[in-house]
Amino acid sequence: MEHIRTTKVEQVKLLDRFSTSNKSLTGTLYLTATHLLFIDSHQKETWILHHHIALVEKLALTTSGCPLVIQCKNFRTVHFIVPRERDCHDIYNSLLQLSKQAKYEDLYAFSYNPKQNDSERLRGWQLVDLAEEYKRMGVPNSNWQLSDANRDYKICETYPRELYVPRIASKPIIVGSSKFRSKGRFPVLSYYHQNKEAAICRCSQPLSGFSARCLEDEHLLQAISKANPANRYMYVMDTRPRHRMQSWWATQKDIGRIILNAMANRAAGKGYENEDNYSNIRFQFVGIENIHVMRSSLQKLLEVNGTKGLSVSDFYSGLENAGWLRHIKAVMDAAIFLAKAIMVENASVLVHCSDGWDRTSQVCSLGSLLLDPYYRTIRGFMVLIEKDWISFGHKYSERCGHLDGDPKEVSPVFTQFLECVWHLTEQFPQAFEFNEAFLLQIHEHIHSCQFGNFIGNCQKEREELKLKEKTYSLWPFLLDDQEKYVNPLYSSTSQKPAVLEPNTVAFHFKFWRNMYHQFDRTLHPRQSVFNIIMNMNEQNKQLQKDVKDLESQIKQHKNKQTDGVLTKELLNSVRPESPALKTSLCLKEQTLLPVNDALRTIEGSNPADNRYSEYADEFSKAEPAVVSSEYGVARMTC
Amino acid sequence: MEFSELIRTGQAQAELLRGPEMPPLRGTLCVTGHHLLLSPGPQATPDLWLLLLRSVDSIEKRVAGDAGTITLRCKDLRVLQLDIEGVEATLDIARSIEALSSLESVITSFPFFYRPKGLRLGEAWHFHPPERYYKRIARETRAWRLSEANEDFSLCPSYPRAVIVPRAVDDDALARSARFRQGGRFPVLSYYHAPRGTVLLRSSQPLTGRQKLRCAEDEELLRAVLAEARPGARGFIVDTRSAQAAKQARMTGGGTEAKAAYPGWKRLHRPLERGRPLQESFVRLMEACGDPEQSMDRWLSRLDGCRWLSHVKEALSTACLAAQGMEWEGACILVHGAEGTDSTLLVTSLAQLILDPLSRTMAGFQELIEREWIQAGHPFQLRCAHSAFSHTRPKHEAPIFLLFLDCVWQLGRQFPLSLEFGEGMLLALFDHSYASPFGTFLCNSEKERCLCEVRTRTHSLWSGLNQPKEQRKLRNPLYVPNPLAIWPSVEPQSLRLWQGLFLRWTHPPEPSEVAWEKVWQIATDQKTEGSQPTDSASEPQP
Repeated sequence: MEHIRTTKVEQVKLLDRFSTSNKSLTGTLYLTATHLLFIDSHQKETWILHHHIALVEKLALTTSGCPLVIQCKNFRTVHFIVPRERDCHDIYNSLLQLSKQAKYEDLYAFSYNPKQNDSERLRGWQLVDLAEEYKRMGVPNSNWQLSDANRDYKICETYPRELYVPRIASKPIIVGSSKFRSKGRFPVLSYYHQNKEAAICRCSQPLSGFSARCLEDEHLLQAISKANPANRYMYVMDTRPRHRMQSWWATQKDIGRIILNAMANRAAGKGYENEDNYSNIRFQFVGIENIHVMRSSLQKLLEVNGTKGLSVSDFYSGLENAGWLRHIKAVMDAAIFLAKAIMVENASVLVHCSDGWDRTSQVCSLGSLLLDPYYRTIRGFMVLIEKDWISFGHKYSERCGHLDGDPKEVSPVFTQFLECVWHLTEQFPQAFEFNEAFLLQIHEHIHSCQFGNFIGNCQKEREELKLKEKTYSLWPFLLDDQEKYVNPLYSSTSQKPAVLEPNTVAFHFKFWRNMYHQFDRTLHPRQSVFNIIMNMNEQNKQLQKDVKDLESQIKQHKNKQTDGVLTKELLNSVRPESPALKTSLCLKEQTLLPVNDALRTIEGSNPADNRYSEYADEFSKAEPAVVSSEYGVARMTC
Repeated sequence: MEFSELIRTGQAQAELLRGPEMPPLRGTLCVTGHHLLLSPGPQATPDLWLLLLRSVDSIEKRVAGDAGTITLRCKDLRVLQLDIEGVEATLDIARSIEALSSLESVITSFPFFYRPKGLRLGEAWHFHPPERYYKRIARETRAWRLSEANEDFSLCPSYPRAVIVPRAVDDDALARSARFRQGGRFPVLSYYHAPRGTVLLRSSQPLTGRQKLRCAEDEELLRAVLAEARPGARGFIVDTRSAQAAKQARMTGGGTEAKAAYPGWKRLHRPLERGRPLQESFVRLMEACGDPEQSMDRWLSRLDGCRWLSHVKEALSTACLAAQGMEWEGACILVHGAEGTDSTLLVTSLAQLILDPLSRTMAGFQELIEREWIQAGHPFQLRCAHSAFSHTRPKHEAPIFLLFLDCVWQLGRQFPLSLEFGEGMLLALFDHSYASPFGTFLCNSEKERCLCEVRTRTHSLWSGLNQPKEQRKLRNPLYVPNPLAIWPSVEPQSLRLWQGLFLRWTHPPEPSEVAWEKVWQIATDQKTEGSQPTDSASEPQP
């Protein structure tokens, strides 16, 4: 509270982000402990959570007031004009403080209270049970077992307590291997394919220093390949681009040359496993760029699509320059390689990048999603995120910039994962139980800090924060709203080949408008197919139920009554179900249906929303006495 | 002339490769007057494979050893490969196809021989006469009349016999105005916007020339339009050329309306691409779409470089501008470019789709195409002579109609419930406009169609499309009538490449087709109000 000086400013203008003629709405701006709220003259509310704010900027004073630009992590951008500079300054300062908290305890999740009691909250946290998930995959079994080596986070601080390793890998081997791997992240099981008996394992890069060998690590890899009875060799996928590795060695060599020439040569083995030392291994580089490249790529993308009066040509050359879709394709290609290795060659795969918590998480989770239809259900997707991202220590707090920290640690790694999943839902419209809104909602909450799931950087840290006692889990809330997130076309039976084989030809990658322009209402389709199909589905179900009811009524009647009465009664009961009535009812429901922000039904839309309305300024240039388009808007919406 | 003279060889053994997802077909290849046939032999069950020779856009032959390969690129953007036994046979077949696919005579073309079962000649040709549209207008206003001044096509060879003009202007004045406009295309009514009492007109450029000529009747015509709309009404002339190009046109006898001569009318220039640059844009887009190996960067840069989506954006926003003028400003709009047969029609037809709910129905859309494209004199024969693969130097080809279909597709994507027809209808129109067994898209104008007796001697596409068995492919199962205007977003982020058309054959969109089936199923289940309970997963009835 101490950061808030001004709680309410009147006569604030909210500019249309894309308008070249400075169209705006006037309203009142409120500042609360958790949100910034703007209520315009039509009583429409715009809520912005402080944690969502990525950037606040105060621009140079203009004649109409002081501009304040806020960019959010969920890709909302708002441009206010505050009449008095003092107010603007106060709000600016408050937002700077409120959007960057110094301590975890100040995050929204620790004060958020959805009116649940303790046992409900606990049940919420137990909704996703990873031990149960490994059981579903079929481990432990004769080849894989649960290891207690990391029970107290002694071997690896960023791994979970429960880890699954090959049965023949003894504890000394694990300990030895972990010393050889960056941050102690030794090879462990991520996904087990029951039919193929092949595994996806993950780890970090080998940390050889100047001694380029570790026998325990070699043993552990051998144990993994032995745990697969179907295939003796395994793949080691380095998700980093080879050219970067080479330049990295080059610098290592320079340093080495300074220290000692002889050592420098050996340093060449650092960074990835030396093939000579490992038997039955095939190396594969897949070329996903690092977090810094991804961050600046997204930055470029956002700059392009935030441009006013963007031309088609600028948009596509901007997309190309940003390289964003190229990166998405790289992640997808890596996941496809992984899935193919398992399906076609029956081979186990070990995935790593540098630390094994960014690119490795992307590739392992996407690979599992391609292989296993369970992860394409609503519940399964939650499990997948808990397993490959949360429990294996993807650094959510750093990558999402939850706290005031190093901006170089922020990177849209998880956003890329969601985008890859979205591309899959576009290519396979029936394969996923969830829809786009579900992905957007999850994206919203990795940044919102409203729920405890994504706070902190690893399980150990989360336990220390006592998140399960002090905060709520997101998943039960998503499940409660399940009907909003269901894909009406989902068909679990149509997945004859349970494995998805996406096509990654460049044509198939599209700009994800609903993510990066989530809040730019005017750019989206004006009618939602989703709602109408949901309604039709609902209605079909209802009608089928009615038919059943009627059939059972007929049976009852047949049992006890004469024919004459039967027909009369039936007629009576049938009438309310007449199709015309039903349809009109349905249409009414449709307009009342609470619409998710992402999947909006827009009545008719109107030209004032669109940029070409600005060409129409030409209409009025000569004679200003024509109907103003603002008047038109009002007429259109009523 | 006999077709047999052009057929060098009757038949040959061949294997046909039809693209990535389709199995190859082997059998006897046969060239007939209008078709290429492949009969898979007695043991195979699948039917005869058939290709209309007219739909071949370009042909490439290669011989090696004692076999040859012919690559056929079709106007519907399909690429087919024929592996043929025998060098001589290959060359003969290639030559025959070349000769037969480039015949220019209209009356020997396939529609004059096509006699499908279940359709009667002459059917549906009378579906959409201008008289019918006039009746619709006459119910709203008395200000317009149906003029038969062009009965013998003497005023304007590219207009139909009857046109709708202001009641206050007599036929003599029309004749004068026609002489003042290129190709005789004097301003006629295109659409009457009843809710606001405003009108959309189209014409060609006035022939002002270097001397800045004027025509009193032409000026009177436009004055009458404003006077009848509403006292003090304003008008806008949307010129689809840049101000510069319009000025330059004066050198060759054309030009644009002088401000002083047309009080109440104001000119707006919205340059739209047409002619050869548009054709080249289409060709370059298809080159990009034909290369699956390219990197993401290369693809995006080619997509940008071909400028197709820029043309889509410009066309849509100009149509929106015209529609907005009528709906919001209460103004009358006259659209023209130079000839008034290309981008003019693009703008007027799109503006109607945006404003008029009736034109978004199946019947209304067919009427719109008949009225605003076919009868309005879009030279289909010239524009659609070749599609994107032809090696011959383009003369009059331009994919203006395709650009229109693409814009409609964009509208359909932004308003998925508001169009009664679906993507299938747009694809069918594209295919038939380039090569068709039906007569609807033959010739360049009504006059030519009359001379060739197209109406009496060929079948109408509409009767073919309106057969019940075609409906599932063509209709939008989610259609809900929407009485409002539909204003699309024209931001680059909102426009998308029409994959269903440009990538139709390289990437058979199987999963999305299955999904589409499911949508149909849900929608039809609902309409038959659950008469077949349970088992919603079963295959839908065809």
